[in-house]
Amino acid sequence: MSSSAVAPFVAPDAIGDLAAATASDSALRRFLHGLPGVDQVGAEARAAGLATRSIKKDAKRWALDMIVAMTDLTTLEGADTPGKVRAMSAKAVQPEPGDPTCPSVAAVCVYPDLVAVAKRAVAGSSVAVASVATAFPSGRASLEVKLADVASAVDAGADEVDMVIDRGAFLAGRYSVVLEEIRAVKQACGRAHLKVILETGELATLDNVRRASWLAMAGGADFIKTSTGKAAQSATPPVTLVMLEAVRDFAEATGTVVGVKVAGGIRTSKEAVRYLVLVHETAGVEWLRPDRFRFGASSLLNDVLMQRAFQRTGRYHSADRVTLD
Amino acid sequence: MAVTTQVPDLVTPTWDYAPAPEARTLATIEASYDLFIGGDFVAPIDGRRFTTVDPSTGEPLAEVAEAGAADVDKAVRAARRAFIRWSKLPGAERGKYLFRIARLLQERSRELAVLESIDNGKPIRETRDVDLPLVAAHFFHHAGWADKLAWAGYGPDPQPLGVAGQIIPWNFPLLMLAWKIAPALACGNTVVLKPAETTPLTALAFADICRQAELPAGVVNIVTGAGETGRALVEHPGVDKVAFTGSTEVGRSIQRALAGTGKRLTLELGGKAANVIFDDAPVDQAIEGIVNGIFFNQGHVCCAGSRLLVQESVHDAVVARLKRRLRTLRLGDPLDKNTDIGAINSAEQLDRITALVDAGQAEGAVMWQPECRLPERGWWHAPTVFTGVAQSHRIAREEIFGPVVSVLTFRTPSEAVAKANNTPYGLSAGVWTEKGSRILWMAQRLRAGVVWANTFNRFDPASPFGGYKESGFGREGGRHGLAAYLRTGADA
Amino acid sequence: MAGRLDVRKTYKLYIGGAFPRSESGRSYAVADSRGRFLANASHASRKDARDAVVAARKAFDGWSGATAYNRGQVLYRVAELMEGRRDQFVEEVLAAEGGGRAKATAAVDAAIDRWVWYAGWTDKVAQVAGSANPVAGPYFNFSTPEPTGVVAALAPQSSSLLGLVSVVAPIVCVGNTVVVVTSADRPLPAVTLSEVLATSDVPGGVVNVLTGHAAELGPWLADHLDVNAIDLTGAAGDTDLAVDLEVRAAENTKRVLRSPAAEPDWTATPDGPRRILAFCETKTVWHPMGV
Repeated sequence: MSSSAVAPFVAPDAIGDLAAATASDSALRRFLHGLPGVDQVGAEARAAGLATRSIKKDAKRWALDMIVAMTDLTTLEGADTPGKVRAMSAKAVQPEPGDPTCPSVAAVCVYPDLVAVAKRAVAGSSVAVASVATAFPSGRASLEVKLADVASAVDAGADEVDMVIDRGAFLAGRYSVVLEEIRAVKQACGRAHLKVILETGELATLDNVRRASWLAMAGGADFIKTSTGKAAQSATPPVTLVMLEAVRDFAEATGTVVGVKVAGGIRTSKEAVRYLVLVHETAGVEWLRPDRFRFGASSLLNDVLMQRAFQRTGRYHSADRVTLD
Repeated sequence: MAVTTQVPDLVTPTWDYAPAPEARTLATIEASYDLFIGGDFVAPIDGRRFTTVDPSTGEPLAEVAEAGAADVDKAVRAARRAFIRWSKLPGAERGKYLFRIARLLQERSRELAVLESIDNGKPIRETRDVDLPLVAAHFFHHAGWADKLAWAGYGPDPQPLGVAGQIIPWNFPLLMLAWKIAPALACGNTVVLKPAETTPLTALAFADICRQAELPAGVVNIVTGAGETGRALVEHPGVDKVAFTGSTEVGRSIQRALAGTGKRLTLELGGKAANVIFDDAPVDQAIEGIVNGIFFNQGHVCCAGSRLLVQESVHDAVVARLKRRLRTLRLGDPLDKNTDIGAINSAEQLDRITALVDAGQAEGAVMWQPECRLPERGWWHAPTVFTGVAQSHRIAREEIFGPVVSVLTFRTPSEAVAKANNTPYGLSAGVWTEKGSRILWMAQRLRAGVVWANTFNRFDPASPFGGYKESGFGREGGRHGLAAYLRTGADA
Repeated sequence: MAGRLDVRKTYKLYIGGAFPRSESGRSYAVADSRGRFLANASHASRKDARDAVVAARKAFDGWSGATAYNRGQVLYRVAELMEGRRDQFVEEVLAAEGGGRAKATAAVDAAIDRWVWYAGWTDKVAQVAGSANPVAGPYFNFSTPEPTGVVAALAPQSSSLLGLVSVVAPIVCVGNTVVVVTSADRPLPAVTLSEVLATSDVPGGVVNVLTGHAAELGPWLADHLDVNAIDLTGAAGDTDLAVDLEVRAAENTKRVLRSPAAEPDWTATPDGPRRILAFCETKTVWHPMGV
């Protein structure tokens, strides 16, 4: 990569050779720190401005179905059991029994040891099985252990792997360590799609979110994902805005399309629709599809189902009428 | 309710936002409006009226009284009479009236936002989220000043001036009213205010709020009309102070008219602000700042960032990003909650914008507009970007007051400052860079009354606003703004 | 009278730090308070006024860009140098204004002290007139007074030195540059003040002194589009002139300090920084606060 590779605005012509930008620790540092800064107040104002979009009628019905189709229905608890995973998987395949117009969710997301159970439960449907790995959620383990974790998920049939980056290494400025780990995991994934969790709540600044996004994409991420859902702060609209800008710019610069997954704390249809607006007006309508944008959530789905019912019947719905999973 | 649940088309995604119109019926529009003088709505003496129209359709909205010289005289007399008691009222009591008004404005903000959008053409998103909150904030801020004037730094016993004649423009009708009336009243003056002839309705609604607040009769008088009404107000011998927001041309004629009268004057006039983008700018926020700087309120903003000065090394990248962003702007029905760009306020203003846009093309600048279908009725102008603009082009020198940005380049910070200051105006400027020391260096050298660094078009009642050079003199807002309405020290 | 013949002084204009004669070649006779010939003064023309504005504009960036502390030091030095020429000023003021030596001495002392007063204001005015503004959002917002630019001033007609200093010092102390038209009938102390300024540390062009008539030069200065503000103090009592200049000033919305009905009593302590602030702009800067 020429010196123009760290040109401030990462113009499409300025990033011809991503390999060179990641070839050495110093080149990588120069590249990441050459990315344009993010003004937090401005980014928050933009996200807040988009949150005032008013989505009504057909646009809302379309959005609600899309949210269902974009959902990674998730259970990541110490108390998870095969029974719990089977129940959730059934719901994933058929979220709204009796309503054939309701799409299945995109995937179920579980720990590696429950992948096999989930695989069996969704067999024959369009629902994929995603598994967190790499010593989720802290990522504090040796690379060998992390890779073994990935292998166990992939061997059990995971279609998608949600890894966590080493935030400690990132914050310490050891970007190459983070990059190499992502590359190694990517390789271990084989045909499984790789989602790279940045855990943005621990990265603290939007500048770091932008750098981590590019780092993950450079490492081969198919998706970049906001959070584990286990940190104090999970997905927020400004963080998502910055990540969407990153995938947009990365696609423009390299031609490679990367998806975005928001996870943690998104519980209502209203919030989820706002995320769709963010996607629509930042990365563009091309990202409004389940292979480019996902919601990692558990309780969101039922709220969306209740909203769908309201749209269908004109009556506000009761939680008793949507199923627990 | 319709049962048309769609299965999302995952192959060719499209997502058209359905219309989300705010209810027009939230605002009540009378068939005809009188003048608000001495606490009552009174018919104009010679019975003349004019029509205010909805610029998004061209349809007439209401007949509005046109105040003649005799009506203005009546209003000034009412204000003079009211001044005697109002100026003697304890500051705390005056303040409580302003607090009341602020609360009433908040309570009626949805109605007023709709009314403003209908009469002005600006998007409801802006009247709802920007104009109305700032209007109420302005009254709240100044309410608190009313009993603290002795500590404002203008001497121990500052006195009101008397009757303020105030003339406001059509671009932020109610907000400009607030900027004028709130400080005048807080300082113990009474006012005769003339709203712009194309946007009189919210000022008349404000008159009703004054009545709901039981503001003493004559403290606020609203005289509607056009230039002649304004002239009668400015030249009335019973007026002690004139405050004007509008064009530099009219501003200088007012300054001439007041020569030798001893009347105090503040002017908030035109601008041709430079928005300076350095190569290390936080680019995505800078793009938002550019958009907010020139497309906010259809560019009908005196402090609009109408000259985009981009460091040459990043010119292409910035312009490409700007164009991509402009493609997402939604132009149309001002009452649709998703509309970003509303209607141009009048046919006359549209003609002015069009003439300058034509001049830009004739002078060799390259015009670009996003694909954008303009409604068939009403007055509209697509967001417009001119590249290849030279400092000598008319579109780089004259205030367009429309959604048109001229892109110029610079090479060094000194050149950016020189180009930014190369205008008779000096109202505002923008700077975008991640380097703190450069921001302060630029801010010190830009000859403008407001410098927005890494932001643009922010307003606050505590923040003084006003221009250098031919953008006028005097400040509105905060402690500085009080000076325009107080007699202090040797003047007292 | 026997003895040595005086070497008389030639009284010239002061423009851009130099002492030219009027480009017009004109001069006029200046008499003392009893009507006796004192000297010929240069009779400044519109072109001299034009040249003075050019010099003032050229000096503006440097002077306004100097630190307030530095401007204070420079203006204090003017007082120091005046003190050294105190007797000369007393003689000239006495000749120009009459009224007795004690009054002339008091006026000169007050003029010197006035420089000291305004020298002290240079680094106070931003604290007194500036502010940090508590806006409702995550922004740091502050306002500072800044010099308006090039100011044209009509110096008082009566008070030849104290009045002149009382008008010029507040204008330049915040960083403006000035073109001042002296008292028409009593211009000589102003020329001597120019000599003080020339040997002080005040950069050339910051103060430009034109001897001549306000009614002749005023309209050119009021019309001048590169003059940002005008101080009409010297037009006190001449309503027609004051109104005419105010009308002309509107062409580029000059800030106008209107003339008082009558020339004020300059021996009184100035009314705070009012004259300074008449030639200040308020600049407000916004910046987001984020991480």
